[in-house]
Amino acid sequence: MLHTVNKSPFERNTLDSCLRLAVPGSAILLIEDGVYAALAGTAQTAKVEAAAKTHEIYVLGPDLKARGFEESRLIGGVKVVDYGGFVDLAVAKGTVNSWL
Amino acid sequence: MSEEPVFDTQGVVKKFMYVNRRAPYGTIYPLEILESVLVAAAFEQDTSVAFLDDGVFQIKKGQDPKELGMKNFSPTFRALAGYDVEKLYVEKESMDARGLKVDDFVVKVRVVSAAELAKLMAEQDILITG
Amino acid sequence: MPYTVNGNTIETDEEGYLMDLSLWTQDIAAAIAQAESVDMTDEHWQVVNFLRDYYNEYQIAPAIRVLTKAMKEKFGPEKGSNKYLYDLFPYGPAKQACKIAGLPKPTGCV
Repeated sequence: MLHTVNKSPFERNTLDSCLRLAVPGSAILLIEDGVYAALAGTAQTAKVEAAAKTHEIYVLGPDLKARGFEESRLIGGVKVVDYGGFVDLAVAKGTVNSWL
Repeated sequence: MSEEPVFDTQGVVKKFMYVNRRAPYGTIYPLEILESVLVAAAFEQDTSVAFLDDGVFQIKKGQDPKELGMKNFSPTFRALAGYDVEKLYVEKESMDARGLKVDDFVVKVRVVSAAELAKLMAEQDILITG
Repeated sequence: MPYTVNGNTIETDEEGYLMDLSLWTQDIAAAIAQAESVDMTDEHWQVVNFLRDYYNEYQIAPAIRVLTKAMKEKFGPEKGSNKYLYDLFPYGPAKQACKIAGLPKPTGCV
């Protein structure tokens, strides 16, 4: 399964719910304001680092770039994908759960 | 004679889970999801509904939004059994965090842990979360 | 097309469903039935009243499958069948009977 999260973890609990309910091995793609969860050195970093041990974590490149962040600021192990990569993930992972 | 297009969806049954995460009346999401549940059920899909986070407030007994000029849609959850939608889940963690008990709900639900609900979600063909 | 009943104008949507469900009266139901070319008998009223009770309890108009099942439980197999309901409301019980009962179009009804 592919989970997408589009809310900032500093504003909403969407990411927490996703992490609580995503079975190990599933993929999580951070999009729109969700990309802030992928940053190193924030109050959310430890949680996402822990999740990255059991889940594949991706971030949508154009959303990251739009918000002024480069890959060097990301938590280790988080992979950047473009729109094509988003589509590939959705196909590869079967079911998509969009956490809104 | 040209042939009519054939949409052979007869007998195709998928596992749909609708996941309610928002309180009633604050946004349009809960009502839109409920409508969508009824459509899936009308088409005889294997439909289940889960309540987590503030979504558990949707099935609190005794709602009365008349003065807001809005419709109380909580009784509609009781109609779901007639639509053969009998799998209603409440996540225990969300329920406990909000001080709710099963007696507070307008419908009979199965209370499941986050881990159990995660497993149920992973079994679905289609997930609609809102 | 609004209905005129006892000198009052009752607004409807483009398909003829009442805009304000609370305005419904038996006279309005009769006017809608006439516009639909349905001759109301006791059997018709029984279905219409059943739908109104269902709506009051659940706040939705039932899908046809759900209506037949609920009718069957309450009135027995003869009345809880598609045939019985289509004989009474030839353009579809859910659509026609709901309209006469002053309810919205059933969800999932295309």
